[in-house]
Amino acid sequence: MTASQREHATAAGSEDDPGRGLKALMDILAASPGAEIAAAADALGELPEAAPVRGPETGLVMLRGRIGGDGAPFNLGEAAVTRATVRLAGGAVGHAYALGQDREKARLSAVLAALWSEGTRREAILRDVLEPLAEARAAETSRTRREAAATRVDFFTMVRGDD
Amino acid sequence: MYVAVKGGEAAIANAHKMLADRRRGDRSLPAITVEQLVEQLGLAVDRVMAEASLYAPALAALAVKQARGDMIEAIFLLRAYRTTLPRFGASRPLETGEMVAERRVSATYKDLPGGQVLGPTFDYTHRLLDPELAADAPVDPAPAREHEGEPLTRVSDILAHEDLIERAFTGDPDQMPEEPSGDLTREPMEFPMPRDLRLQALARGDEGFLLALGYSTQRGYGRTHPFAGEIRIGEVEVEMDVPELGFAVALGRIRVTECQMVNQFAGSAKLAPQFTRGYGLVFGQSERKAMAMALVDRSLRAGELGEDRVAPAQDEEFVISHADNVQATGFVEHLKLPHYVDFQAELDLVRRLRAEFEAARAGKDDATAREAAE
Amino acid sequence: MTMAQFDTQAVSGGFTDPVFEAQAAFRALMDASARPGTIHDLPAGLAPPAPLGAGSGAVMLALCDPDTPVWLAEALRGEAVSAWIAFQCGAPIVGDGASAAFAFAAANDMPALSALSAGTQEYPDRATTLVVEVEAFEGGEEIMIEGPGILGRSRIAPMGLPHSFLNERAGNRALFPRGVDVVLVCGSRVMALPRSTVLSRKSEQEAN
Repeated sequence: MTASQREHATAAGSEDDPGRGLKALMDILAASPGAEIAAAADALGELPEAAPVRGPETGLVMLRGRIGGDGAPFNLGEAAVTRATVRLAGGAVGHAYALGQDREKARLSAVLAALWSEGTRREAILRDVLEPLAEARAAETSRTRREAAATRVDFFTMVRGDD
Repeated sequence: MYVAVKGGEAAIANAHKMLADRRRGDRSLPAITVEQLVEQLGLAVDRVMAEASLYAPALAALAVKQARGDMIEAIFLLRAYRTTLPRFGASRPLETGEMVAERRVSATYKDLPGGQVLGPTFDYTHRLLDPELAADAPVDPAPAREHEGEPLTRVSDILAHEDLIERAFTGDPDQMPEEPSGDLTREPMEFPMPRDLRLQALARGDEGFLLALGYSTQRGYGRTHPFAGEIRIGEVEVEMDVPELGFAVALGRIRVTECQMVNQFAGSAKLAPQFTRGYGLVFGQSERKAMAMALVDRSLRAGELGEDRVAPAQDEEFVISHADNVQATGFVEHLKLPHYVDFQAELDLVRRLRAEFEAARAGKDDATAREAAE
Repeated sequence: MTMAQFDTQAVSGGFTDPVFEAQAAFRALMDASARPGTIHDLPAGLAPPAPLGAGSGAVMLALCDPDTPVWLAEALRGEAVSAWIAFQCGAPIVGDGASAAFAFAAANDMPALSALSAGTQEYPDRATTLVVEVEAFEGGEEIMIEGPGILGRSRIAPMGLPHSFLNERAGNRALFPRGVDVVLVCGSRVMALPRSTVLSRKSEQEAN
């Protein structure tokens, strides 16, 4: 996690923009495999009871592209998305949306989002869930970029003839 | 005409069991898993997702397995499945400029910023069958280079500096719509069709059909003088505005292939000579489909750019109406369903026409014979 | 209102069993539309934020989704109702009645039918369906109805509809096959007056 990402996440819940840290958490949860989230959540110890409000349920999101890459939007096609909403005993509500069909991942992500909104365990969530998952995703992205860079063509010019 | 026919239940049930048996094949071999298909036949899975118009790798792989590798059957299965799901909403437009690219090549500039990044390509392989792959030989991990590379500048942005290429949105930038003009999965098709709807149809169109049409434009049937300005393959983040949150969240990343075709254009009464563009964007890794899509997108713009419509690839009603392989296979394959009554009616008609024809010929023969006798 | 309270209200008061309750609401609406003027029960127990009623909420959750733009009468526009709609069905809220698939209003706050979409000649199904909360299904001015789904003629007397309603319905009727469909809701009960139903004042009928 970079310094700016960390700042972004810890600014969470500040009175002026309560959604900021929540967004960082939800983004990372959606990008991470269910098994990794479950392992990270284990470190938080016992999670509170969470009542299902909606889902987990799988549905569709229409994905849009842009004509020419940066022009007007068009409908490219749909993606399977699974979402969940839960409520903790104290009333805090958490939502989760992620590509794929992993219902347990959606449920657990919603519980973590609700815990975050409740506000009492943010440091632990940041340390045990958000940061390790963000680091794992960053490492994957970096690996892809470095593998791609290894296939970059280094042109060299052949000089023929005199001067 | 269709008639209700009873019977055949036992035959149908046994046919389905036979299908299951043949699908499983030799029981002494391990059954193939969905995970294996996703990992090892990824491009087949990608094609099913693209033409089913549903990004869901595990489901697409299951469809490939269930369809015994019949791609159009697998696409059909995935299309049928999507109809069972509610729609939660629409994403923000994917920003392909921010792609984590595995491949990016340009046929128009050798030294563009970011360079030519080949990625996991079949190009430059010798197309010799590799006996080692028949066994389970260990495979080395992909080499990596410490430097992660520069940002990949779009080729269209390079040409835009000289104002020699049309912009992606040709109107007033402040007027660029925020929503597509329609959705093919929600409203019936109407022609003429706006470009955003055509692109939706092409993105889910049959790869073979688009490939043949693209090829036809190169061979002179609606020539558009194309250059592959840029092709990029990689992952882009999907973001959606979630109404109950009041902000956009990322849902994860998907793999797409994008092709920007750059086409020479001599200009028209209204437009100065410049390069025009054709665009292709496809789920998964499919350079062939993205390139064909970009060629066909450009050729379908003939009317807009004041070109004569003379070739099949320039006829939007022809192209869009026949690009969908699920529709096409449904209509072609319905011919094998019982048409017993239709056929009886035609048989009666042909018998009657034949009798009339024979009678007329006999009459003529009689007349000829009479003439000859006289 | 804190974020948590706001969330809690938005995520409460929907269907408790979404599949079966949505089906029951759909069935009630279908039967009501097939037999205009008859009264049918919607699933009870919904608790949308006031002033949106339980019956309107049930109709909304059964029929509206991200593909159906919704128009709300002035009194219904507010953060609580908007947040509830956003979470419960995801329907976009539009300011222009003519672009809405569904419009919701109380009888005393009804939009002019002509301000809503009557569909097109090619696609008359693209008309707006107007859902109106009335005070009661009995006790109002007596109206005779006739048309498809009604054996001969039938009488209704919903309470609280504006006096101009019958004239507007006549104008709406003249557009057929285009036209706005009307659904009346009272508590958790529903009555439909589809565009094919012809309305007239009972007093005028007696005069004839």
